[in-house]
This record gives sequence, structure tokens and C-alpha cells, in this order.
Amino acid sequence: MEAHSTNAATVFEPPAVQSPRISRSIVAFAARDRRFIVGVILLVLYIFISLIGSSISPYDLNAPNLDVRMQAPSSAHWLGTDRIGRDVLTRIIAGSQVSLQVAVGAVVMALILGAPLGALGGYIGGTFDALVQRVMEGIMAFPSLVLALALVALAGPSVVALWFAIAFSSVPRYARLIRSGVLTQKEREYVDAARAMGQSPLRILFRQILPNIMAPIAVQLTQDFARAITVEASLSYLGLGLSVPYISWGTMIRDAQDFLELAPWLAIFPGLALAGVILAFTFVGDALRDQMDPRLRASLTRRLA
Amino acid sequence: MLMRYTTMRIVQLIPLILVVTIVVFFVMMIVPGDPVMVMLGAVDGAQVSREVYDAMRLRLGLDQPLIVQYLHWLSNVLQGDLGTSITYRTSALEVILLRMVPTAYLMVGGLILAVIIAVPGGVLAAIHNKTKWDHLLTGFVVLGISVPTFWLALVAVLIFAVYLGWLPAIGYTRPQEDFLDFLKHIALPMSVVALNIAATVLRFQRQDFLEQMNQDYVRTARAKGLTETVVLWKHVLRNSLMTTFTVVGLQMAYLSGLITIVESVFNYPGIGYLLLNSIRTRDFIVVQGVVLFMVFLVIIVNLLVDILYTVLDPRIRYS
Repeated sequence: MEAHSTNAATVFEPPAVQSPRISRSIVAFAARDRRFIVGVILLVLYIFISLIGSSISPYDLNAPNLDVRMQAPSSAHWLGTDRIGRDVLTRIIAGSQVSLQVAVGAVVMALILGAPLGALGGYIGGTFDALVQRVMEGIMAFPSLVLALALVALAGPSVVALWFAIAFSSVPRYARLIRSGVLTQKEREYVDAARAMGQSPLRILFRQILPNIMAPIAVQLTQDFARAITVEASLSYLGLGLSVPYISWGTMIRDAQDFLELAPWLAIFPGLALAGVILAFTFVGDALRDQMDPRLRASLTRRLA
Repeated sequence: MLMRYTTMRIVQLIPLILVVTIVVFFVMMIVPGDPVMVMLGAVDGAQVSREVYDAMRLRLGLDQPLIVQYLHWLSNVLQGDLGTSITYRTSALEVILLRMVPTAYLMVGGLILAVIIAVPGGVLAAIHNKTKWDHLLTGFVVLGISVPTFWLALVAVLIFAVYLGWLPAIGYTRPQEDFLDFLKHIALPMSVVALNIAATVLRFQRQDFLEQMNQDYVRTARAKGLTETVVLWKHVLRNSLMTTFTVVGLQMAYLSGLITIVESVFNYPGIGYLLLNSIRTRDFIVVQGVVLFMVFLVIIVNLLVDILYTVLDPRIRYS
């Protein structure tokens, strides 16, 4: 893969577009990649844990138990207890629900807002396309964390506000990806043929064009999941995330920093959970990306911003 | 040539600046409640004198149509008038510029350190592709991208301040007061910024170096009988640094978010810390000001990168 020579100046171009057969083979190839397997196992574990929730734990999520305050990890409390004696592991499991809920919502929202804009822009072209492009460039100039911070601070923390605040800066990524897909596929013969057969533009988009750009979209999705989870945790850490009764890993770490010396496990374990999930998405995304156009590899690193 | 290109790039910025300011202007409108009270930071039933209220109302021009309000506000912003801070009772721009000094040390220091780590790291990983070195450095990249910044910062505090006691956990000293103390305070936040940026830059550096190594000019240089060291570290690296340079420039937006978190963990009094404090005290004039300031910083840095790019690479002639 590394043998492809690419001009440095083309590094930031939109990804090349794959045919459906190549898209499928990408998954087949990626499945042989160790990172892909490790990532998928971690993700399945994460989703499974967040779905069954903290009910599997013998301990109560919120009830204080002052007899066991700030205990180091032990056989009774695998990851220790916090300052009012709550079991850390139980709370980390509960925290996975919030991160998953926020991340899924944010990514879906970014896709819902970005995809039609990109598709319409690419399809219609002209002034509308130019206008959408300028707006997208404007949004991309914002530091996404700072924008999310300001949005949540203004609108007040709620699940929907977080979805929107985190999704907002991802919208241009999807708009651009889908626009470039539409632009490159629009003139292809098979699209012409479909048009000649009298298929509607929407049908052509979903049946012909979309399957051809699934691979880059999949890579973008993994990156955006990782980003959404990071931003949610960061906002919570900064005190701007969801408050009680929601339990966020970011909030747990925030609460733990006053006891860094006394009870370091309070900060360490939620952080490891967070890093593990982000690592899983990174692994899956990297493995997928490495099977695609080598030029696309470069664009991955622009996530987060 | 360069002048014309620069002028063209600046003209191209006009729609971008319009979009950016419209976003900021309308984002401030989503706040529930009386916008005058919100802009005054008086949200929880606080009392505001009639005079102050009317002054703000006039400033916001709330009796005017929306487009007039926006244009009025935009003209103020472009003249450097970001409004008056409620908490500091002085020009918001002044407050921001004052806090920009520590932030600039952190940003510039962090970027330099990041390049010092990432460029040799990326080159080593590329030269020793698919060996232990490569895996080690790629592992660093994956960790650097996966570990959340605020947590990395806390772990750094735990190790270097709490356990080892080598460095102060939080705070800031001005360099003109006590330079050594300044270095001690900035060491941890700067390292966290640098590691974070270095991970991204290293990844690009490695990739680009690998691609450069397969170019024709490398084969020519080798055929000429140049030693491998000269070929790689002189010819290839010089070409590859162009990409590094662009990547560092592109990190600007990310960097603004990064310093906001890092400054918060280390109680480092820069503009990120100011932003969070202003959110807490509901000083929305300053919040708006900092967001605008950061966006303009991103736009200006990207412009400079573009212009420098044409200076450094004579092959590029933009039409």
C-alpha cells in the first residue's frame, strides 16, 4: 500500500470513489487486519455493556455508602469506590450509556443535516452549490470544541443540545464527502443510463450513487463517533455537559481531580474506559482507511479539530 | 505575482468572514430569555439599572430589523469593538488581548515542541517502515489521538506534580518576573499540547515521507551516488517538510480547542481559561468576543500558510 506515490499537494483532495465491489472487498480485507478485529471486539463489548447497563452490578448506582468511602480497588469493588462510597465500576458502566447516546445522536444528526446539503449542492450546482460551499467553509473555520462549548453554554445542557452542538461542526464533512461523490458519479455512464430509464434523481442518489461512496462515509463515521465521544467527555469535564441524573465519564473525571493524590483510581479508570472506546473507533477507522485510496489516509488526521 | 495572489486570497476571505460572523451573530440569538439581559449577563433575575439596560438595547439595536442589527454589529466588530465586558467593565478586546499573551507562549511553544518531536519521529518511522521503530512510533500516534487531552493532562499532573513533585500542578508566572518559574509552570501544559499535536503531525510526516521516497528524484539522487543519509535527510525531508508545514497550519482550529481544555486543567490564565470563566459568569460579550477572536486567528493563520506556501514552493503558481 505504501508504494503509491502521491503528490504532496493532492493530499487534501476529497477521497477517490470506489465501486460497490471494491467497497465490499474493503471490509473483507479489513477483517484480516488485527486492528480491525481488536477494534470491533472492543466496540461490541462497549455497545453490549451500555445496552445491558449497570443492572448487572450488585451495587446501587447513586446511593451513598459511607462505610466504604474512597476505597482502593479490591475484590468487592473491582475499580474502587468514590468519595461517598459508590462503586466506580457500576458508574463507569452507566457512563457508557450517556457517551453512546450522545455520540449516536450527534453522528446521525450530522449525517442528516450534511448529506442532503451535499447531495443537492452537487446535483443542482450553480449558485446554490456555491452558497452551500461558502457556508460549509465558514463552519469549518470554527474550532469545533469551542463552538460546541459556546452552543451548549448558551442553550443549556440537554441531550438534544449536545447532539446539535457536537454535530454542527461535522456537517461540512458529510456535505463535502457526498457532494464530491455526486459530482464524480453524476457524469458516469451508469447514471446516464439510469436517468435515461426514467429513474428519479432521488432514486439514482440512493440506488446508484450512495452505494459507491459508502466506504469513505464509513471511515468518516468511525472518526466522527470517536470525536463525538471525546467532545461529550470534554464538555462534561469542563462542567458544561449533562448533569445529574446523567452519569458521564467526563464528569466522573472532573469530580475525581480534587482527590488525585488520595484516590487516583477515581480519575484513572473512567479515563481508561474513554481511551479504550476512542481507540476502538480509531482502529476500525484506520483499518478501513488503509484498504482505500492511500490519499484518503491523510484526511483522517483532520478529525477532532 | 505574490502581491496579486495575496490580494486575491484576501478578497476571497470576504464571504468566509460574512459566514463566520453571521454564525456567531445568530448563535447568540438561541439563548432563551431577554437578549438584553442575557448580553448583560443578568440571567438569574439579577437587577440591572435602567441606564445599562437601555445602553445595551441601543447597542444591540433591537428595535431595528435583523439585517440592520447584524450590519451594525459587524461594523463594530470589524473596527475592533467587541463590546464591553460585564465582569471586567472594560473593552472585551482589551481583556482578550491581555490573556492572549500567555496563550501565545503556550501555542507557539507547543507547536515548536510538537515539530521537534514529530518530524524526526515521522522520518524514522518511514525509513524503518514496518519494523519495531515504526510500530513504536505508530503506537504513539494512535495513543496520542485516542487519549483525551484533559485526562492526559491530569495523568501528567499526577505523575510530575503529585508523585514526583518536580513541577507545579497549576498556575502561571510571567516570564519577565521569574523566567525559571515561568518555564516550570508552562512545562506541563506545553508538553500536553505538544504531544497532542505531535501525534497528528507525525502521522502525516511518516505518510508523506513514505510517498516521497518513491518519487523519481530520489532514484535520480541515489543513481548519482549520493549517500543514503544525504538523499533521505536532505532531499526527501526538504520536500516532505512542505506537507508538515501545511499540516501544522491546519491544526490551528484544533489547537484553539486544545488550549481551552489544557488551560482549564492547569488554571493557566489564557484566552481558553477566559472563555470558560466567562461562560461561568455569563459574560456573553466576552464569550462572543473570544469565539470571534479564535475564528479570526484560524482564518489569518491559514491565510499566512497559503501565502508562505507559494513563497517556499516556486512550482506553485495559483491562477
